[in-house]
Amino acid sequence: MSSCAFRYCGEDFIAYPSGALHWPAQDALLAADLHLGKSERMARRGGPLLPPFETEATLARLLADLAKSGARRLFLLGDSFDDDLASVTLREQERGAGKGTAQHLLGRLCSEAEAFWITGNHDPAPVGLSGQVSGEVALSGLALRHIAGEGPDISGHYHPKFRVFGQRRAAFLIGAQHLILPAYGTYTGGLDHDQPPLNTLVPSGVAIVTGQAARMIPLAARPRRRR
Amino acid sequence: MPEFDDFPVSELPAQLAGWFAAQGWVPHGHQLQMLAARENALLIAPTGGGKTLAGFLPTLARACTGAMGQGLHTLYVSPLKALTHDIARNLARPVADLGLNLRIEDRTGDTAASLRARQRIDPPHILLTTPESLALMLSYPEAPQIFAALRRVVVDEIHALADSKRGDQLMLGIARLHSLAPGVQVVGLSATVENPQRLASFMGGAEIVLADPGPAPDIAMLPTRQPPPWSGAGGAYAARDVMAAIEGARLALVFINTRAQAELFFQALWAVNERNLPIGLHHGSLSREARRKVEAAMAQGQLRAVVATGSLDLGLDWGDVDLVLQIGAPKNIKRLVQRIGRANHRYDTPSRARIVPANRFEVLECVAALQAVAAGELDGTVDMEGGALDVLCQHILCLACAGPLDADALFAEITRTGPYAALPRAEFEACLDFVATGGYALRAYDRWQRLVLRDGRWQLRDPRAARDIRMNIGTIVAPELLGVRRGPRGGAPLGDIEESFAASLRPGDTFLIGGQTVRYDRLRDMIVEVTPQPARDPKIAVFNGLKMATSTELSARVLALIGDRAAWAALPDQCRDWLELQGRISHLPQMGTMTCESFERAGRSYFALYSFAGRNANQTLGLLVTHRMEALGLAPLGFVATDYALLVWGLEPVNDPGPLLDAQGLRAGLQDWLAENAVMKRSFRAVATVAGLIQRNLPGQRKSGKQATFSSDILYDTLRKYDPDHLLLRITRNEAQRGLADFGRIEEMLRARGKIVHVMAPHVTPLAAPLLLEAGRIPIRASGTERLLEQEAARMMAEAGLTLEAAEAKSGA
Repeated sequence: MSSCAFRYCGEDFIAYPSGALHWPAQDALLAADLHLGKSERMARRGGPLLPPFETEATLARLLADLAKSGARRLFLLGDSFDDDLASVTLREQERGAGKGTAQHLLGRLCSEAEAFWITGNHDPAPVGLSGQVSGEVALSGLALRHIAGEGPDISGHYHPKFRVFGQRRAAFLIGAQHLILPAYGTYTGGLDHDQPPLNTLVPSGVAIVTGQAARMIPLAARPRRRR
Repeated sequence: MPEFDDFPVSELPAQLAGWFAAQGWVPHGHQLQMLAARENALLIAPTGGGKTLAGFLPTLARACTGAMGQGLHTLYVSPLKALTHDIARNLARPVADLGLNLRIEDRTGDTAASLRARQRIDPPHILLTTPESLALMLSYPEAPQIFAALRRVVVDEIHALADSKRGDQLMLGIARLHSLAPGVQVVGLSATVENPQRLASFMGGAEIVLADPGPAPDIAMLPTRQPPPWSGAGGAYAARDVMAAIEGARLALVFINTRAQAELFFQALWAVNERNLPIGLHHGSLSREARRKVEAAMAQGQLRAVVATGSLDLGLDWGDVDLVLQIGAPKNIKRLVQRIGRANHRYDTPSRARIVPANRFEVLECVAALQAVAAGELDGTVDMEGGALDVLCQHILCLACAGPLDADALFAEITRTGPYAALPRAEFEACLDFVATGGYALRAYDRWQRLVLRDGRWQLRDPRAARDIRMNIGTIVAPELLGVRRGPRGGAPLGDIEESFAASLRPGDTFLIGGQTVRYDRLRDMIVEVTPQPARDPKIAVFNGLKMATSTELSARVLALIGDRAAWAALPDQCRDWLELQGRISHLPQMGTMTCESFERAGRSYFALYSFAGRNANQTLGLLVTHRMEALGLAPLGFVATDYALLVWGLEPVNDPGPLLDAQGLRAGLQDWLAENAVMKRSFRAVATVAGLIQRNLPGQRKSGKQATFSSDILYDTLRKYDPDHLLLRITRNEAQRGLADFGRIEEMLRARGKIVHVMAPHVTPLAAPLLLEAGRIPIRASGTERLLEQEAARMMAEAGLTLEAAEAKSGA
């Protein structure tokens, strides 16, 4: 599980193969688009009953990344919950439930780090979270927000994907003005990096694909040798 | 025609008998037998035997009495949409001639929404449809009214539906019809099959009516000027010979096994078409418009030949076809005979067919297939398996859309079908539980169940979900397809290609579609945009098509042919010499033994295994054997699987094949290791889609490029981690073991051919030589795709002139 170090706007970052971002200078771990409670929300709407384990899976991964980074601050860049109701039901169900449940894992997360919940379009007003809830945070001249705005900023929202070697993988996109995180949630689809508006937000720069290892790949249009 | 013609014609209503006479026809015996049948019946008749008319005769006879009544009387179900159009046209004639008061309509995915809505309120007397459309109709709350008056169900080409998920779905639908319209008669129409009784059991029991099989077909190998090549599947070497045969026929059908081969052969034919004869191309990757055009041109007699794949395979009305050419070995004998049935669609003249083997192994296969046809032996079929459980899940969900369900009554209804007759109640409960609650062991959706139990009956918690459920009806899970269009924005549609194939293309790559070479320009809004480029050779010729394995019986015949020198008389000279040489240098594979060879070539150790187990089983065997070789330190680098053999290459020689072929070890490998394999994930995707866990991509969703759905692989991994005994994983394991992975055939082979004969050959052997040239090599990624990805990433960084530091500097600017 090797990570990938890079520099953006004069700051040093480490991209984790899981899709989390470590910012050592700020003692911070960042992740976007957890979409906790997604399977529950789909079920609530009468849709398919997906395996209801993704919330635990996502939180367990995040806890492991937090331990690995040793960071004491956790910034979640919006769409942490699949909708506001999910933040309520997550709290309500399994009240007092034991180890390994979503409620328990969430509690641990908030006790092991200071949590900053940035709101997203799915969770404009999450309920009853410990930590701070806000629409935007500024750190060292960089705006941390859900949807990329006026740069330089760090954001999520688009679930960027990058195609390489016949595979489509979640990826960080790093341009001059925008650093866009992949979706961290277990059940999340994605948008290819060359589709609008990603192709205008980050027209050039690099992608870091996630998977078993984080690997950097240039974003520039692939040169083709002509004969 | 023999004894049947004594059957009293007087049972036909006078009007209908008169109509027959006016056409100059005498009703066939089997047609009259079908008229007399009161219970469920199964008609086995060769093509051209008036099968479909036999199916409708009782309905027409009824209409002649003027006592049709109101509402839907006869439901006709066919596996092909195209057939429903044909049948509607064919029935229209007697109905018009006889002035019958009979409304006939078809209903498929192509039927206009307004007509479909009207059919739900005011159904015609005869409705022509497909299994999927029937399932959809049964999901409407109006289903009891639509089918209340139903008297007859006619299932055409039922042999093509048996042993498939579509067949299971149809039988479940028919069981429901039995409940909605007690006493309904079900009639199956089938082409020649080896075991009619089995097909009758599939229907849940039926009286069998056998038609006179007609004269024996005239079938032989097409003599060619050049001998076939060592390997390859295209048959291009015989293009001139095929062209000559076409010139000598009125209308020829040229069948070839895959779409890519059809494209290539079509090109090869045009290159030698000096007289410029009109020749068409027909395969499933072409756009519907393109296919319709060819079908229409054929019907109007404008074509001299059509190059086609299985897309043209089922009972379409062939009119003037007088010659069938089969390029490449027909993968099973039954298919060959059914295809020949297309030729000369007249009952009393023999059909003419010529086979063109594409390589030397196929010469053996062709000779074996011809011997099988001459001996009247069709392929046996596997034992009747229970109906698929994912289909049952979909059926339950579908019926719940129509109204509340009583579990006991539903179970009783389901177990009246052939495929589900032996379904244990516990399995039914597991399916119901999956549909209602998701069926998860560790956690439940207490508040958000999909079905809830109210007053003892199961119903949708949220009735609005019915719309989504209906959109996901069907059991055919095709690979994701992308449309191909000429030029930017709204150019002419040329056909579809698989998404995985599209992903492998780069701008400038050229490939064949619709008989022309095109250049890939870009992918926009999920449409592949291309520019025709007639002058260039296609760079990439293969897109994934159906990979059919040879049948067990045919493989056994080929093996017997190789092992028996006395039988070689039937072979062309060059093939005899080839086998002779194999016997001198190495060993000839025999019945009862497993022949394998090791030899060195160009610094690599090769291991050839003549398993004769079919391509799918050999592919699985390749994955398992190389896995064991890896464990034994033999450093395998790759393998290739054909229908007959497996060839593995690596760094160390195989000196003792025994440990590689130990059944216990292979089985264990299948359990542990194949679970991680792409084969399983592909299988899971299909199961999860049919069972309703994954929604199909709907037209609107794809446009945005942002996929609302996520990869089914993630669901598979999550389930395996948190709930390994979940129903869908159980179904997937079962399917992968006998379906895709064909492990049953591996076990059977190991049992039947226990004695291993291993030869350390001095060099490449004659039987192994064609394998070396075989396409479709599979590399062994012992350290996985990650390593390849790392190399690719490094290469791309280097190509872009970037190092890691440079990239940092750039993005940090």
